[in-house]
Amino acid sequence: MSINIGSIPDRQASGSGPVLDIENLKVTFATDGGDVFAVKDVSLEVNPGEVVAIVGESGSGKTVTAKTILGLLPETATSQGAVLINGNNVISVSAAKLRQIRGRDVAMVFQEPSTALNPVYTVGWQIAEGIRAHADTGSGKKISARDAKNRAIDALRKVGIPDPETRVNYYPHQFSGGQKQRVVIAAALALNPGLIVADEPTTALDVTVQAEILELLRDLRDKYGTSIVLITHNMGVVADLADRVVVMYQGDVVEEASARVLFAQPKEDYTKKLLAAVPHLGRNSASEGMTERAHQGGKVLVEAKNLTIEYPGRLGSPAFKAVDGVSFTVSEGEVFGLVGESGSGKTTIGRAIAGLNRTTGGSLKVLGYEMLNFKERTFKPLRKEIGFVFQDPAASFNPQLTIGDCVAEPLIIHGNPTPAEARQRVRELLESVQLPASYADRFPHELSGGQRQRASLARALILNPKLLIADEPTSALDVSVQAVVLELFKEIQREFGFAALFISHDLAVVDILSTWVGVLYKGKMVEQGLGNQVMGNPQHSYTKKLIASLPVPDPDEQARRREAFREVLHS
Amino acid sequence: MTATTTSGRKQPLMYRLPVISHFRKSVGLQRGMLVTGLVLTVAFLLTTALAPLIAPYGFAQLSDASGTFPAQAYPSATHIWGTTVGGYDVFSRVIWGAQTAAVVIVVAVVMSIFLGVALGLLSGYFGGWLDRTLVVIADAIYAFPSLLLAIVMSIVINHGQSSFWGGIIACSISISVVFVPQYFRVIRAETIRLKAEPYVEAAKVVGASSIRIMGRHIFKNATRTLPLIFTLNASEAILTLAGLGFLGFGIEPSSAAEWGFDLNKALADASSGIWWTGVFPGTAIVLTVLGLTLVGESMNDLNDPRLRGRKKAGSKKAPAAGPAPTAGVQGAPEAESSSS
Repeated sequence: MSINIGSIPDRQASGSGPVLDIENLKVTFATDGGDVFAVKDVSLEVNPGEVVAIVGESGSGKTVTAKTILGLLPETATSQGAVLINGNNVISVSAAKLRQIRGRDVAMVFQEPSTALNPVYTVGWQIAEGIRAHADTGSGKKISARDAKNRAIDALRKVGIPDPETRVNYYPHQFSGGQKQRVVIAAALALNPGLIVADEPTTALDVTVQAEILELLRDLRDKYGTSIVLITHNMGVVADLADRVVVMYQGDVVEEASARVLFAQPKEDYTKKLLAAVPHLGRNSASEGMTERAHQGGKVLVEAKNLTIEYPGRLGSPAFKAVDGVSFTVSEGEVFGLVGESGSGKTTIGRAIAGLNRTTGGSLKVLGYEMLNFKERTFKPLRKEIGFVFQDPAASFNPQLTIGDCVAEPLIIHGNPTPAEARQRVRELLESVQLPASYADRFPHELSGGQRQRASLARALILNPKLLIADEPTSALDVSVQAVVLELFKEIQREFGFAALFISHDLAVVDILSTWVGVLYKGKMVEQGLGNQVMGNPQHSYTKKLIASLPVPDPDEQARRREAFREVLHS
Repeated sequence: MTATTTSGRKQPLMYRLPVISHFRKSVGLQRGMLVTGLVLTVAFLLTTALAPLIAPYGFAQLSDASGTFPAQAYPSATHIWGTTVGGYDVFSRVIWGAQTAAVVIVVAVVMSIFLGVALGLLSGYFGGWLDRTLVVIADAIYAFPSLLLAIVMSIVINHGQSSFWGGIIACSISISVVFVPQYFRVIRAETIRLKAEPYVEAAKVVGASSIRIMGRHIFKNATRTLPLIFTLNASEAILTLAGLGFLGFGIEPSSAAEWGFDLNKALADASSGIWWTGVFPGTAIVLTVLGLTLVGESMNDLNDPRLRGRKKAGSKKAPAAGPAPTAGVQGAPEAESSSS
């Protein structure tokens, strides 16, 4: 990192002023509820070869700012101020001029690579599309299909796609998620724009793939001097890549500083709060100081032996093994953390324990019930002992029912309480998850994400279950909200003493909550052990890679880690 | 983007009713379309309700105190829209016809909604062989020309002609045979989508029974599009009824007034220059269908945030300072810090 920062002044000297200059940008959206001021007054500059990160929580206006740079705002938005790219004001230029600027002067990398690519065209065609669209603006003559393809191959080579001559003819589905994002970056690079706007470029990717994409972006900057505007909510990514950081909150710039200064000495309260909320691997570990597994004297609530779960394949293709020979136990009062990337089978295991998926092999005993012979009728009495917290708090409540009705539902199904009893119990539960009792009369959409997730916890706990399954309960939340919810979860677990299976893709989050951690990889449990041992001294090569890939929110430490783990990452 | 909108307390029931909520969020041309449709529809409904007061004669009346009505009389003071070849008063028949049309719409659409929604829920939720069978039947019904199907049903049920209620039931059943598959399809698709929603799974996890899940969690969320199909189908029902009447499978003129039947009888008049027997019932059909379609189409556009027009941001006249509407804008949460 230090080397990169050192090289910037040289480029600045040779360059001619900033690549991007935003002055007093205001963006207003017309909505049914009146005007919404998404961006209130934002000014920022991006110099040649600089990586500027715009960070903020959802609703801070960071994505709107990014979209304004490319003139991609919807019709309902009006913008004021100036967004200057090489002297052109994007806000006021004509549509034809804007089309020239896009792709040639500035390009965009989207969040979700699988939707940013058109599935019915080859990737080569999609990269060439941009090249040919701009062909006649430069030299005045058309570019032949062959030339365009050659340039597409070059672009693919630049982003590190192996064997680009063949793969230029592949369709998007033939690439993995990380490679798709590389292709999107290649398409953005095809015309050598001076500026790339990357809107959450790694959010949809697994952490090991994220590390590769971040390295690629860093290389682009170092080799070609491309400036990058990086929009993200992930402070680890910021620490890894950014030179300068702009913190946004509710449409305004709160603080602007170089990455090192911001992480070391944040000035504003909001920034301090934001940084404090970021989970940091190895700090605040639940298993700190422990040397052996706790709660082993109690009853075993969940016991998986050689558990296999298959999804039937299409006609002629073999079944897909989502979970392959996994064994573990969860005892009374224990918090078991299950970590893995997408497709590792962690959610499938959680759903199988709750009876939402059928197991196909081995043995899975939940509260003594063998799930292999699952029958809804015989399992139903046990359901009151199991609570479930879903990933997306917005979708896990029926929008037509009040929070009170939703929370009381398990009570009504399994008992026969009078309305007054049910109300009383709901009130107690809402209070224990630190929501005002009056929220029982509200509808789900009237609560914020964190409040909804707390209500979700209240619903899972209303019958005082012995076992709680939490499937990525905080991954849809902002980082500061996540911190609050995690703290609450920890407190309530201590108070109620239930056993929990905590499923997450985020190692740092799992480490905060669970004492015993299992790492899943492609349906197999590659490692399990005490949290501090798995995180501190990983044994399996995959776990090592996983931990090495996780960026920590501290630029200096992250730079050291990057050097130290270079070999692990490339193995 | 969310922080600046208010946290919308629940609005009074009146503002959440389908048409009224649509009216409140419409602007410009869309509001014009909706208002035109509403005016036409309300005029139609008023005519229906007040038919006994408006119509000077009964629908089957052929004479009054001053003697028998003349046949094919030119519009005059006594018969403002003239009389038909059979000696009926055209104005009275058009007014009474609105009543027949309204009754048929209500009976037909209510029958098809109940059956269609119930079948759609069951089929979508349980799936399997039940779903496959019902879908095949629905597809088979779709494959028939709907008017032909209505004619066949009308013959099967009533052998063509009959009394007021007999005719109305026959027409309604014929129409609902065509419409049930539409409601079935819509609700089934919604049910299949909602079945995978986390809140339905959340209900499953706590052990809710299938009936409870269907009734409490899926049904209410699946019926949002019904007012829209209702209006569009109502206009189609009028056309089907008129078609049946025109082809002679409707209700007898002595049992009820019916626009399609009158049009049929006016067919021969057209070539001999007698325009009033055809123009008035025809216009009545066109205006009623136009009104209902406009309401339906505007509701469709207003339901979809991408098609809905809005006041330009930053315009001087801010929209009425009412609370944020419940739909359209996604969750409008307060700042998290308020409670933590």
